[in-house]
Amino acid sequence: MGLKNMPNDSMAKTIIVAVALCLVCSIFVSVAAVQLRPLQTANKLADKQKNIVQVAGIDLAGRSVSEAFAEVEARVVDLETGEFADHIDATSYDQRKASKDPAQAKALSPEKDIASIKMRERYATIYLTRDASGQIEKLILPVRGYGLWSTLHGFLALKGDGNTIIGLSFYEHAETPGLGGEVDNPSWKAQWPGKKVYPTEGPDAAQSSASWKPSGADIEFDPAIRLVKGGVDAETPHAQHKVDALAGATLTSNGVTYLLQFWMGENGFAPFLRNLKQGQS
Amino acid sequence: MEDAKKIVAEPVWDNNPIALQVLGICSALAVTSNMNTAVIMCLALTAVTTASNFFISLIRNHIPSNIRIIVQMTIIASLVILVDQVLKAYAYGISKQLSVFVGLIITNCIVMGRAEAFAMKNPPLPSALDGFGNGLGYSVILLIVGFFRELFGAGTLFGVEILPLVTEGGWYTPNGMMLLPPSAFFIIGLMIWAIRVWKPAQVEKPDYQIHAVHRTEAA
Repeated sequence: MGLKNMPNDSMAKTIIVAVALCLVCSIFVSVAAVQLRPLQTANKLADKQKNIVQVAGIDLAGRSVSEAFAEVEARVVDLETGEFADHIDATSYDQRKASKDPAQAKALSPEKDIASIKMRERYATIYLTRDASGQIEKLILPVRGYGLWSTLHGFLALKGDGNTIIGLSFYEHAETPGLGGEVDNPSWKAQWPGKKVYPTEGPDAAQSSASWKPSGADIEFDPAIRLVKGGVDAETPHAQHKVDALAGATLTSNGVTYLLQFWMGENGFAPFLRNLKQGQS
Repeated sequence: MEDAKKIVAEPVWDNNPIALQVLGICSALAVTSNMNTAVIMCLALTAVTTASNFFISLIRNHIPSNIRIIVQMTIIASLVILVDQVLKAYAYGISKQLSVFVGLIITNCIVMGRAEAFAMKNPPLPSALDGFGNGLGYSVILLIVGFFRELFGAGTLFGVEILPLVTEGGWYTPNGMMLLPPSAFFIIGLMIWAIRVWKPAQVEKPDYQIHAVHRTEAA
């Protein structure tokens, strides 16, 4: 009995059609996925490199992003000890994956988890550039935290002193367009360069630890940077630690403050920056 | 030839999938906050409806009727995955902005509706044309909505500044609501109204009539 003469609704025909269709479709989909994967991976990588180069303010000077990225060094940092973990290959280590893997990330207690990220991985991939004498010129640190709708993923670029901000940029978020989504607005981002993460000596230090006091943290590495409502100008006290919050997006703004407080604090990169300052790394 | 023209043109104004059938509203709200994403979404949906109608029609005489919906879904889903993969490979930035909405074409009622209503009963070529026409009908609405939302919400079109914003030293204060999904509802509603004024044949008869009842009768 040929397929043609078989009644459409017979059991045999139903099974034959279903199996054949599934086979054809699955082959079709897997061929497309496999064929296009190299291009997709290249796109993802290029996108990340573009973000890093942009946030660090590296001058392209006519070069392509990947050429400019050649001067950036990727390193893995152990967030527990604050030291470089060079036994892990920075090019293959996937921090995003590690942050969701209970074997590589540990759960944060609610009082520590100010950025609402639930788990923090042990190792972080950071990027740095060096000046002519081999000194670290720029540090690009991955940060993430919850805003209103979504986890914001981004990079914070710092100068070699580990304190002065070069830029903050989010490459992935799903905040409300026009409100929280304004974290992508170039004129808002332009406020960040030159701000200081940590209080330097003087009354600044005392003031900042009074309002943001994680118990037992040492004052020098207690982040003072935050978003404030109502604008920031030269007259604002401690203006160097303050950035104007996003209009109409209190929760996204708080999210940005908390994620910076977290990643610059003791559970984030503070141990690493301390080591860097003491010249141990 | 006449027929082909009619099949393609009819869904654009006379039987528009969004304005008359009121299908596919979800993505029309989600991806129209700017023109770039709206255009890519239109291309993606048009490609999917055209191809899915074609392939479904090709095997229509062999589809057992008790599993026909699943067969249609499988074909549509495969095509959507393909489109999503192609976008990720060749238009990465846009595909990031569209995020889940390309994948959600699978659940778009227009694609499914045309497969069931047209492709199951007609030969492959007219079916493909019907899919294409419905894709066009969807695109027309999306592009108009996207035009108004981006222009009045951000002062730009395709990211190019048209109305200089106050924040950048211009005169236009953007209407933030235009960037939020509800504004698409208002625009689509106004368009449905306008189309029905233009083509009164599209006005539906009320499901039931409220009769004036005399008090004495009621008592």
